[in-house]
Amino acid sequence: MGALCVLCASVVKPFSPAPAILAPFQSALHSAGPQAASIEHLWWVFFWICVAVYVITIAFFFIAAIRGRRREVAVDNPAHDRRLGIFVSTCAAVTIATLFGLLFSSVATGNAIGTFANNDPRQLEIEVTGHQWWWEVKYPDALAPANQITDANEIHIPIHTPVLLRLDTRDVIHSLWIPNLHGKRDLIPGRVNKFRIQADTPGVYRGQCAEFCGYQHAHMALTVVAESPEDFARWKSHMGEGAPTPMTPAQLRGQQVFLSAPCAKCHNILGLDAYGTLGPDLTHFRSRPTLAAGQLLNTRGNLAAWIANAPAIKPGTMMPPNQLSGQEMNDLLAYLETLR
Amino acid sequence: MKRPLVCLAIFALVACHRERRPLTPTAADSSRPMPLRMGDLQPGPKQLAATGINNPYEGNAYAISEGQRLFEQYNCSGCHFHGGGGIGPPLMDAEWIYGSSPANIFTTISEGRPNGMPSYGGHIPVYQIWQLTTYVRALGGFEPQGTTSPRSEEMMAKKAEEPK
Repeated sequence: MGALCVLCASVVKPFSPAPAILAPFQSALHSAGPQAASIEHLWWVFFWICVAVYVITIAFFFIAAIRGRRREVAVDNPAHDRRLGIFVSTCAAVTIATLFGLLFSSVATGNAIGTFANNDPRQLEIEVTGHQWWWEVKYPDALAPANQITDANEIHIPIHTPVLLRLDTRDVIHSLWIPNLHGKRDLIPGRVNKFRIQADTPGVYRGQCAEFCGYQHAHMALTVVAESPEDFARWKSHMGEGAPTPMTPAQLRGQQVFLSAPCAKCHNILGLDAYGTLGPDLTHFRSRPTLAAGQLLNTRGNLAAWIANAPAIKPGTMMPPNQLSGQEMNDLLAYLETLR
Repeated sequence: MKRPLVCLAIFALVACHRERRPLTPTAADSSRPMPLRMGDLQPGPKQLAATGINNPYEGNAYAISEGQRLFEQYNCSGCHFHGGGGIGPPLMDAEWIYGSSPANIFTTISEGRPNGMPSYGGHIPVYQIWQLTTYVRALGGFEPQGTTSPRSEEMMAKKAEEPK
């Protein structure tokens, strides 16, 4: 039954991801937090009531079919009419009561989700910005704006902590859907939508754009890593550091390739003279599990293919093909692999 | 007293370098580059304009919309604004300081121009420069009707409606 709601949007391509990416499968029926649990509960309430209604309706259908064939219907029988009237009224009353019950549980769930952790002082704020076709994730620091952390296509959250997601978009309407944690919420140009998630079970959960946003809408995934507060703090302090200094000659040459090739026009690397904001921040991008918003495993080979000709892998992507010599490519890869 | 000064002057001349005058230029020196002409005025009989580089995207609606995106993303609008000009010259009037042909605009973007126009050559791929070129041409009203976005936020130069 859970398979009903398992949505695996994977298109097998020459550069298709290994099963490791798909392992954190997404399912609204395997809730990992209170928000998704409310939705899952509502889903099961609707499901079982609908099953009951269906079974009863079909049962009456068969009873009517069988009895109608067996018996003559009495035309003028006031006692029978009265009984029938009471029966139909009772059925209508039960139907209305059931519908109101569903309405009430739906409103109650909506209320529970909407007011979840309102004004909770422990809440963590994260900004998620949709781009065609990747997710930008920022951890703002109100006290020291310079300490803001920028990541892409993955959201790290500590467990048992309400997380307020502020959703914005740079281009078209997207929708963030992490089924194991919450329902969908649209990202609308020109306004900031908010919603709260909370994970109580540590794990990796897949999220997906749920509003058609262009050619590569299906390839706009992200992973949510729910970890213990200690692990989260360790990750966050690591992300706050600049990129490591290249050591070997190849890495140093690669850094120059990065700066002189078109890379630095769009990508940012903390601690380097590269401030582009059009593409994902690359300061620690080798610590991310995937490339191209969940489309490729983050391996050296996939990275080389992506740099050489990204539009061949993801047609329509803003990442242009790059003509590099073999030497330049190897140096660039050697440098990029240090960005952990 | 006089003799040492003369000696010093002669000694100083020893260090002078006399330039070499290449009276027989090599083939590379004597090639005639075909410039991207910005005016019609030429000495002697008129020569054709350079045809070495042609815009592969002339009249291509997709290239124009991509160029429009890049125009924002690469901050062309930072100086030229949305075609109306401000810090940089406007791109939707009839005046083109460095020429309005696709090759002229390509060179302007890739090589830069004095007084502020940065050189994008090497920083962005050639096909993107051509997309920008096509878009800038569209701003000037040079691209065919129907290729430009009907929902543009830019002040696209449009031809006045002609009486029938």
